[in-house]
Amino acid sequence: MLSHLPILQVIIPLLAAPACLLLDRGRIAWAFSCAVAIVSLAISLSLLHQVSGAGPLSYELGGWDAPWGIEYRIDLLSAYVLLVVNGVATLVLVAARSSVAAEIDEAKQPLFYVLYMLCLAGLLGIIATGDIFNVFVFLEISSLATYALIALGRDRRALWAAYQYLIVGTIGATFILVGIGFLYSLTGTLNMADLAQRLPALAESASVYAAFAFLVVGVCLKLALFPLHLWLPNAYAYAPSIVTAFLAATATKVAVYLLLRFHFSVFGASFTDPVLPLEGIFLVLGIAGVFVASIVAIFEDNIKRLFAYSSVAQIGYMVIGMGIGSATGVQATLLHLFNHALMKGALFLALAAVVYRLGGANFSHIRGLGRTMPLTMAAIVVAGLSLVGVPGTVGFITKWYLVMAAINGSHWLLVPAILLGSLLALVYVWRIVEAAYFSEPVAGTETCREAPLGLLLAMWLLVIANVYFGLDTRLPVAASDGAVRLLMGGAG
Amino acid sequence: MGQILDFTLLFLLLVTAVATARVRDLFAAVMLSGIYGLVSASFFVTMDAVDVAFTEAAVGAGVFPLLLLAVLAMVGRYEKTAYRRPWAALILVTITGAMLVNGTLDMPAFGSADSPAQQHVAQRYIEESPEEIGIPNMVTSVLASYRGYDTLGEVVVIFTAAIGVLALLPSLGGGVRRKRESDGMGDHQVLRIVSKILMPVILLFALYVQFHGEYGPGGGFQAGVIFAAGIILYTMLFGLDTAQAVIKPSVLRVLAATGVLLYGGVGLLSFLSGANFLDYSALAEDPVSGQHIGIILIELGVGITVAAAIILIFFAFSEAAGENGEET
Repeated sequence: MLSHLPILQVIIPLLAAPACLLLDRGRIAWAFSCAVAIVSLAISLSLLHQVSGAGPLSYELGGWDAPWGIEYRIDLLSAYVLLVVNGVATLVLVAARSSVAAEIDEAKQPLFYVLYMLCLAGLLGIIATGDIFNVFVFLEISSLATYALIALGRDRRALWAAYQYLIVGTIGATFILVGIGFLYSLTGTLNMADLAQRLPALAESASVYAAFAFLVVGVCLKLALFPLHLWLPNAYAYAPSIVTAFLAATATKVAVYLLLRFHFSVFGASFTDPVLPLEGIFLVLGIAGVFVASIVAIFEDNIKRLFAYSSVAQIGYMVIGMGIGSATGVQATLLHLFNHALMKGALFLALAAVVYRLGGANFSHIRGLGRTMPLTMAAIVVAGLSLVGVPGTVGFITKWYLVMAAINGSHWLLVPAILLGSLLALVYVWRIVEAAYFSEPVAGTETCREAPLGLLLAMWLLVIANVYFGLDTRLPVAASDGAVRLLMGGAG
Repeated sequence: MGQILDFTLLFLLLVTAVATARVRDLFAAVMLSGIYGLVSASFFVTMDAVDVAFTEAAVGAGVFPLLLLAVLAMVGRYEKTAYRRPWAALILVTITGAMLVNGTLDMPAFGSADSPAQQHVAQRYIEESPEEIGIPNMVTSVLASYRGYDTLGEVVVIFTAAIGVLALLPSLGGGVRRKRESDGMGDHQVLRIVSKILMPVILLFALYVQFHGEYGPGGGFQAGVIFAAGIILYTMLFGLDTAQAVIKPSVLRVLAATGVLLYGGVGLLSFLSGANFLDYSALAEDPVSGQHIGIILIELGVGITVAAAIILIFFAFSEAAGENGEET
């Protein structure tokens, strides 16, 4: 069975979805999904272990050799991102029960878990595959499931947010499809490794540039790279709390993965468009994203929206790493992918707990919450400090690598920009601390109890991970280092 | 001659698309989108892509406008917001279009026999698939076997769409519903008689398309859509309550899941003989008969899920239209 792990990683959640539909009750569907997610997490751990020992795994679907059939290809990069997605998806799901029971109608709860499984399977499929059309198919699965999950939010504005995201996401998917179409017509193949071999001979062709441009813009729409981020704040703010935690920690990470995969594995590290150099664009948009989104976050009243804008800013950091373009820069991107999943997973789960107890997550709700929900608030503070980049947390590791990459690449202006970005994050995190610890509770919330156990457990596991991996950086640093060497064409 | 036909059809597509975007009456827009589907299907026929044309005709010209009509029954026929001319969007779309055109400049010539798309992977499909898979319709060979995993993904996409609709609209058949007075159009004698004659033919044709997909154009997708269209016709004539008495939504839910599970189950069966996921050659002693069995089974899975998903979506829309729709 061990040789089938690459495909089992995806089809177990994929087939669990229809199986889950046959389960009638929300509680049973939840337990079933949790079991599936845990199995999936175990598979991704085993895959990472195998890949770091024995190098990339290839799995031929249908028994057809690539490029005639579809190939699954797990290398260190995909195994690393699979682990991040599975880890957060499992923890969020374990925590989901009480929050989902409170926010979703009883009759719709099994459907919620079906959609969650579909979304997870779609994301995992995008990461595992070595075939660009297969990427599109699984992107559609995860996207459709995501639109429906967002629209399930209790607030009527969730529908509008989901609709906006649907339109933008569909444009993004269409762009990706156009890019795939160009590549197929030019090379006659859909397999990534095969494409990488055939494309260099075609460089300098306007069609290849068009393919590259459409793929990059399409992925950046899904990534919510500034200024293509407009769908994200509302989607995160009005989606069910659990969905926000899941998406914030996984969906944009998968888009980052796709961008790296297309850029480095398909087109090759040396490919650049002479008219519009991607590196320069990424640096400018990344810095603009960090500043604009952080400043908007400072003035937000809804804390879910505040952290949604903060996510846009954090995506900016990931893109800056790619813009620097050196091995250290890309490694910073990969580290932040891991680290940001830990931070936002913890923060949005904590907010799910706040919404569960108080019915909303505005500043008026959290006044004095440091006394009534001390553990939840402490989680927000630690994860918030990690977001700022305080030493001893994972946020510091990202900033450290990013600053090193900037200095090595002589991007001197980036260093103060990154530090200033951290200060802006400190401002919005401080606003929350001030409201929670230095204001009197609003009348009626004095009796509010601590979060339910499941939520508390998952949130604190993520918080501890924020500190643990900030001190013992071996796992993410080793994995991202290997992945970068693989991407940049060094020894795998 | 061929080129004139191509240009005419493409021009018609352009006109229909612009008209769909400009027309303010949503009912007209839906009808135009049906025409768009039909013209695209014709265009695919001229390109000899009959399987794609078949799908486009069944979905783009058939079920898609029907579903949109069900939505109109819910939201009304006219836009509620004032019409603005979105100039910025137009400029953006023009730039994107220009880039697309620029991108085509270095593409291989249209229909050229020595373009990479004909030379590389496709060559094996054309030359080897009759021996490897043993069925005349190469499109089915590619869809169901060489790239069968993509097709599993596409079926899951349709399944996801149905689940999404069910999750967002009021529960089907749940609780007590007010009895609709004049539900359906059963009083129209001409409609009733013509449809009653047509319906068995439609359902029979769907089964033919389902099981003939290996030999001619067709397969599970098209069959599922056609089957669903037959049921939708029945629903429109005799009303949602009657239709749901014939096919219960709860059964449809199970069927939608069963199709996907059947497809995935066939894939998992290959594990038993040590082969990879979806390797049908492992299903029988002789690899070619294994491929046959595999393709028939997964096409059945596709057909079941597609039909069930589309009927479910239509039921859910009609139900919602019956609850919050305007009187028509």
